Amino acid sequence: MARRVLIAEDEPSIVTSLEFLMRRAGFEIRTASDGEEALQLVSTFRPHLVILDIMLPRRSGLEVCRLIRADASLAGTRVLMLTAKGGTRDHERGIEAGADDYLTKPFSTQELVARAQALVADPVLRLAPGAGPAQSP
Amino acid sequence: MLQGWFIVTASFAYIGLLFAVAWFADRRAAMGRSVISNAWVYSLSLAVYATAWTFYGSVGRAATDGVGFLPIYLGPTLTMLLGWFVLRKMVRIARLNRTTSLADFVASRYGKSALIGGLVTVIAVIGILPYISLQLKAVSTSFQILLGYPEIAMPPRAGSMEVMQDTAFYVALFMALFAIAFGTRQLDAAERHEGMVAAIAFESLVKLLAFLAVGVYVAFFMYDGMGDIFARAAGRPDLEVLMTPLGGAAGSYASWVWLTVLSMFAIVFLPRQFQVAVIENTDERHLRRAAWLFPLYMLAINVFVLPIAFGGVLHFPPGQVDADTFVLTLPMSQRAEGLALLVFIGGLSAATGMVIVETIALSTMVCNDLVMPLLLRIRAFRLTEHRDLSSLVLDIRRAAIITLLMGGYFYYLLAGEAYALVSIGLVSFAAAAQFAPAVIGGLYWRGATRTGALAGLLAGFSVWTYTLLLPAFAKSGWLGAEFLERGPFGIELLRPTQLFGLAGLDQITHAMIWSMIANVGAYIVGSVIRRQSAAEHAQATLFVDVYQQTGEPGSSWRGATSASALQTLVGRFLGPARAVELFTAYARLRGVKSVDELEGDRELVRFAELQLAGTIGAASARTMVATVAQEEPLGLEEVMTIIDEASQVIAYSHRLEEQQQELEAATRELKAANERLKELDRLKDDFISTVTHELRTPLTSIRAFSEILHDNPELDPAERQRFLALVIRESERLTRLINQVLDLAKIESGLAEWRTAELDMREIVLEAMNATSAIFKSRGVTLEARLAASVPPVMADRDRLMQVLLNLLSNASKFCTPGTGRVEVRLAGDAATVRVDVQDNGVGIAREDLALIFEKFRQVGDTLTEKPAGTGLGLAICRRIVGHFGGRLWVQSEPGQGSVFSFVLPVSAAAAGAGRLSANA
Repeated sequence: MARRVLIAEDEPSIVTSLEFLMRRAGFEIRTASDGEEALQLVSTFRPHLVILDIMLPRRSGLEVCRLIRADASLAGTRVLMLTAKGGTRDHERGIEAGADDYLTKPFSTQELVARAQALVADPVLRLAPGAGPAQSP
Repeated sequence: MLQGWFIVTASFAYIGLLFAVAWFADRRAAMGRSVISNAWVYSLSLAVYATAWTFYGSVGRAATDGVGFLPIYLGPTLTMLLGWFVLRKMVRIARLNRTTSLADFVASRYGKSALIGGLVTVIAVIGILPYISLQLKAVSTSFQILLGYPEIAMPPRAGSMEVMQDTAFYVALFMALFAIAFGTRQLDAAERHEGMVAAIAFESLVKLLAFLAVGVYVAFFMYDGMGDIFARAAGRPDLEVLMTPLGGAAGSYASWVWLTVLSMFAIVFLPRQFQVAVIENTDERHLRRAAWLFPLYMLAINVFVLPIAFGGVLHFPPGQVDADTFVLTLPMSQRAEGLALLVFIGGLSAATGMVIVETIALSTMVCNDLVMPLLLRIRAFRLTEHRDLSSLVLDIRRAAIITLLMGGYFYYLLAGEAYALVSIGLVSFAAAAQFAPAVIGGLYWRGATRTGALAGLLAGFSVWTYTLLLPAFAKSGWLGAEFLERGPFGIELLRPTQLFGLAGLDQITHAMIWSMIANVGAYIVGSVIRRQSAAEHAQATLFVDVYQQTGEPGSSWRGATSASALQTLVGRFLGPARAVELFTAYARLRGVKSVDELEGDRELVRFAELQLAGTIGAASARTMVATVAQEEPLGLEEVMTIIDEASQVIAYSHRLEEQQQELEAATRELKAANERLKELDRLKDDFISTVTHELRTPLTSIRAFSEILHDNPELDPAERQRFLALVIRESERLTRLINQVLDLAKIESGLAEWRTAELDMREIVLEAMNATSAIFKSRGVTLEARLAASVPPVMADRDRLMQVLLNLLSNASKFCTPGTGRVEVRLAGDAATVRVDVQDNGVGIAREDLALIFEKFRQVGDTLTEKPAGTGLGLAICRRIVGHFGGRLWVQSEPGQGSVFSFVLPVSAAAAGAGRLSANA
């Protein structure tokens, strides 16, 4: 069964590139260009993985991440944070907000794909309740 | 029981008791455990104010004037309650300068002028003689009345008997001996008399008790309480009138006011009051308590005055018994022998206390400020070369005391009978009041001069002599009576009791009005017309600014001398042994082993001068010290430098205060600047962080697509083409961004090059529209223009203005919907400005974003599918360019209604002069 990934990113050309990469990697894809849209899709699309840009309009990536973590039904959802800022403070803030992994722009496409696959291959994921639309009506 | 020998024995026993108290206090003082250093003793010693005059005379005055006796006690009460701070200042000054007397104080204030000291002394002596005579009269009268017991008979008039048989003469003689024994046994650098003060405090208690005893006796034993006396008095028309506020005949509001003022001065400026209140004060804090204790004493000693007066008038047939003697004669009439004796002792006590303190104070003045300066000045005496002068000083004082009492006795013979007790006292009060302007003025008015003080004292004293002293002599027949009635040489305008026609006032009020006008007037005029000498200026500063000084006042001595010469000099007045003691102590204080090691510097000379000043007064001390420490003639500038020390200290502290405030202000500014710098630093960090972010975004796309193309050679050509186009587009974006960041940095740092020239805005607008027409066409947006036919030229950089217009036009095109989009450019000008508007019908800008869009990297979110490919720096740069040429760029917008970006530029100065402007097209 194909893993689902949500790409939350407001820069269109980056979205295009991520779409291409994830499709290649066999993911089922949805995209969101702001934080609100991302949150909606998280609850409806139920992605295994969210690739989340920090600097999103309307709701920041950090906020979206925190809300995902606050929802027990989303415990199995993995979050890969992307940011254009390279400082360790941003890294820390991302981890604090509950991100599972973290990549700085510009990133290596191979590394991104590898990390995304590693995150969704985590055995815990399979045990997590409510992971996947199969359990949703 | 009341035989002459018994009364005399009792009197001497009482005086012996006073000596015992004094001896005890002196001994305690020598042991370092002063009995007088407390506020109670200090307050009681001030009660030396209440003399035999109070003791006998108040009742006498109350019997004729009713409550008219009160101002004499109201004045001191007011002074102590309201004016204690003036006294405190005098105490501080006197202590710092080792002042020995009132004359010394005044002389010291006006440049240590021996002339002023002498004048004050003369005024004090002449002015106080009536007062001393009053004590003699009171004691001898009361003695003779008591001697007549059980008969109550008034003694014969003064002068009607031989001097050798006159009681008053012997009273004067014995009092002189008491005073000599009390006050002139030794000389000290600090002219203080602990024993005397203790005896005075004791004496004040005795007279108070005696008076209260009579009061209680009259009110409660002879009558049924105060109410009874007043009720009976109210039944007699001659007494009833005395109970009205103005009292009897002598009462008027003017005399109430003037008597109060007079006694306000008297409590400070009578030599004996100055002595106990200022010279003998051991602690300034005692004044605070004395401020209410002393008025309390005044109240206590006055409570029974009216009851006794009324009791006497009611008891004795009219005209038989002098009201001044009621205190004594009332107990005698009831055969209360013991009480009568107590009253006599109380009166004696009051008189003795007054005479001792007054003559000691006056003899100090006579010696230090009159005789010594004269002797020192007359070279024939070669006094400055004498080895030991201390015994001479003491002898002068003793002689002075005897002279004073004899003077008092002769005044009593000459004029004593002319007035009642109270009137005699008031004459002295009026003399003492003449010191008030010079002293009070000297305390607070820096500009008061020696000339002014001399003029004021002389004028006031002259008027006093003319209006009070001469009439007293005239009334006793010593001067022709027509002098009083018709004036000198028959000039009525100059009648001494109605000077210049001022009539209808009692004699004291009349004299006070004229003497104060003359005194204060001359004082002010004299001070204003003559400049202060350097020495006066120094002393004036010392006095007026006494609270600003720390430690001892500075000195203008310059000439170096030897310590031993100074020690010898001091020894001549204080005795060699005492001098050795003082100088050894001083050497220890300065941290050297012996006097020989002391340097004869300014401080040492000043120390010696102070020691001498305490003995012989400031003026004489200066003369003496000048014989060993030559005062080098100083240039005026140097003098001013030295003597202004005190004021410089004040000025310095003011400066320090100012500097501190400046420092605080500077600190605040620095803090603010630091905050601004921190803010700027934060902004810079933000900027760098934002720039980095903006650079990373296109880089991310470029790298991602490059890797995709690299890793996927099998991509179909269409997709490959699409990705490559994105790489190119993002590269362009990156380049543009870098250029704009650099551009902005250049503008902000002032490094940008501006090629300023006169430009025709119309031409530039047309060119910009031409350049962007392709973009508009490709986006399906209509571009229209409404331009004025001609506008005045502006001063600007052509390329930069073009940059602004291109930016605005491109922005407008981006935010319009393709197809229906419409952008209008308008150009207009007037005499002062040229204005350009770029209006679109695009999405508009939310109100909260209006201010933000001109900030760096602020791109307002759009509703179009694709984000405008701006850098977020364009508008920030535009605003800076327009600002650089003195113009303004702004925006008006409503969401959904489109936006208008406008800017104005000032018309070039040359063109503005031409004044031609064109209308809108």
